[in-house]
Amino acid sequence: MKFRSWLLKLLLLSLLPGPAAQAQEKRGPAGDNTVQRGEYLARAGDCIACHTAPEGRIFAGGRAMPTPFGTLYSSNITPDAETGTGKWSTDDFYRTMHNGRFPDGGLIYPAMPFASYTKVTRADSDAIFAYLKTIPPVNQKNRPQDLRFPYDNRQLLLGWRTLFFTEGEYKPDPNKSAEWNRGAYLVEGLGHCGMCHTPINALGGTSQSEAFKGGLIPMQNWYAPSLTSNREGGLGGWSIKDITDLLRTGISARGVVYGPMAEVVYNSLQYLTDDDVRAMAVYLKGIAELSPSPPPSSTLPSSEGSLLISLGKTVYDARCATCHGAPGEGKPPHWPPLAGNQSIQMESAVNAIRMVLNGGYPPATEGNPRPYGMPPFAGLLSDNEVAAVVSYIRTAWGNRATPVSARDANELRSAPLN
Amino acid sequence: MAARIEACTPCHGDMGRGTSDVYFPRLAGKPAGYLYNQLVAFKNGRRKYPPMNYLLEFLTDPYLQDIADYFASQHPPLPAPELTNVSQQVLAQGESLVISGDAARQIPACRSCHGPALTGMEPGIPGLLGLRPTYISAQLGAFRYGTRTAKAPDCMQTVAARLTEADVTAVAAWLASRPAPANSPPAPKGTYALPFACGSEPD
Repeated sequence: MKFRSWLLKLLLLSLLPGPAAQAQEKRGPAGDNTVQRGEYLARAGDCIACHTAPEGRIFAGGRAMPTPFGTLYSSNITPDAETGTGKWSTDDFYRTMHNGRFPDGGLIYPAMPFASYTKVTRADSDAIFAYLKTIPPVNQKNRPQDLRFPYDNRQLLLGWRTLFFTEGEYKPDPNKSAEWNRGAYLVEGLGHCGMCHTPINALGGTSQSEAFKGGLIPMQNWYAPSLTSNREGGLGGWSIKDITDLLRTGISARGVVYGPMAEVVYNSLQYLTDDDVRAMAVYLKGIAELSPSPPPSSTLPSSEGSLLISLGKTVYDARCATCHGAPGEGKPPHWPPLAGNQSIQMESAVNAIRMVLNGGYPPATEGNPRPYGMPPFAGLLSDNEVAAVVSYIRTAWGNRATPVSARDANELRSAPLN
Repeated sequence: MAARIEACTPCHGDMGRGTSDVYFPRLAGKPAGYLYNQLVAFKNGRRKYPPMNYLLEFLTDPYLQDIADYFASQHPPLPAPELTNVSQQVLAQGESLVISGDAARQIPACRSCHGPALTGMEPGIPGLLGLRPTYISAQLGAFRYGTRTAKAPDCMQTVAARLTEADVTAVAAWLASRPAPANSPPAPKGTYALPFACGSEPD
């Protein structure tokens, strides 16, 4: 029933201009809207981010994905009979999504987020496949994976699966609203938010008890904040409007997305309907803990911290205050507030340091087509000055985090940028 | 627009006038088509410079066009040419390549595409004045080694592959020693014919 009412909403929404309307032309063989729905769901699953290479044909794969175990290359999911999914049945496609196996039974590396996609319903999986069948076929052979020994042995995945993979479609929680359940389905399933926001262990696995508790994204060196702790990216204290603004446009009164999250908004979230983004917001707000844990204590000697903070104020007033304001209030939504900004006060200062070093643009979206960019200061500030200004913004205006060291700043100068 | 592209100023200066850093180019007044091609190439990773690739990755082509138009329409004064420490002989070799090329080695004169006044041509050919020798030689080197590429036919790669390192030094030194004309807009599209096809400047 829930599904039907959602389908009806999507039909109504498709009468509005925008991405949904562009997809309106595409109809399935039976003349229904399955293909259009599949396109929408493929957006929600952000398939394009991995399955399209830079300057490559859409969904032809070949994108290199560095992992701690070696480099993986995404596969061709265009309906080419020889090199793509042209000979696959809907059962085959469902099995890759639901069970992480190729049609021949071969095991898929979990860089493909099948541990999340397993929650996707059969109907949604079929719709995505129906859409993919309408993509122009591209004859492009998959590039062999380039993993180090022993990770190049796919049989090891049997162990990984036993430890970290639980097969099963999303089961609605009868004690929660339909909206909450829809949000949970999107966040835990197609959205595969846990791929970054759930901490990953040395074996590349995650555990359910740690779900959405945040962690450093391997290889990228960005910190994906906890979505359950209000001391990090937990959205318990945010209004639904601020959350939906952030997810759909990339900017909000409370903060702005940069780095890997900019990719997600750019390729996926901006295309979702108001109802779906709202459902995600309701769910995300719901999983955040109400009472924040106490801030961690500093690893720096307090005298060093005080010196840094004092230098940091000088740097801040000279470089940052024009846009973010002397009292750190920012000019939302384009210049995010720094006072009270959760992402600056997390235990991990990685993101704050990287923003100072590398700057960044929020994604250009329909809701914010011409975003404002933060300048990179890597060439203008020394390690000590970067540490100082980050220490200052983490402790000024009632912000309750700890100072960072010049070494912390220096280490992130070599972080990969893309 | 200036506030939106504040992210560009630490390296390229306000209005894209350039900074004291010798590797970062001035953007102001370059043809919008050229700037747009470079922005798209950085966005897609065809031109590789991680700080630029990172900044542009999630911007749309229409917005990149706006950014290109903005810098193309800025005309802050050109900096004074740098004093050079290369010999007169090297400068003369550079002048000769820029003005006349070297037919024996099938090297066309720079001015045959970049214009009689070296101010470039709309929409895709940049002017060559107001740049520092380090930047020019780094880019010519990147074309030679194939680390900087453009749409086929990639004319700059073809030409640069015929240059020696000594040629690159000489061309960069002479170009950077030129006094800049006060007003140096690129020539309108089609002002002169190119000696060969160029993917960045379609007919």
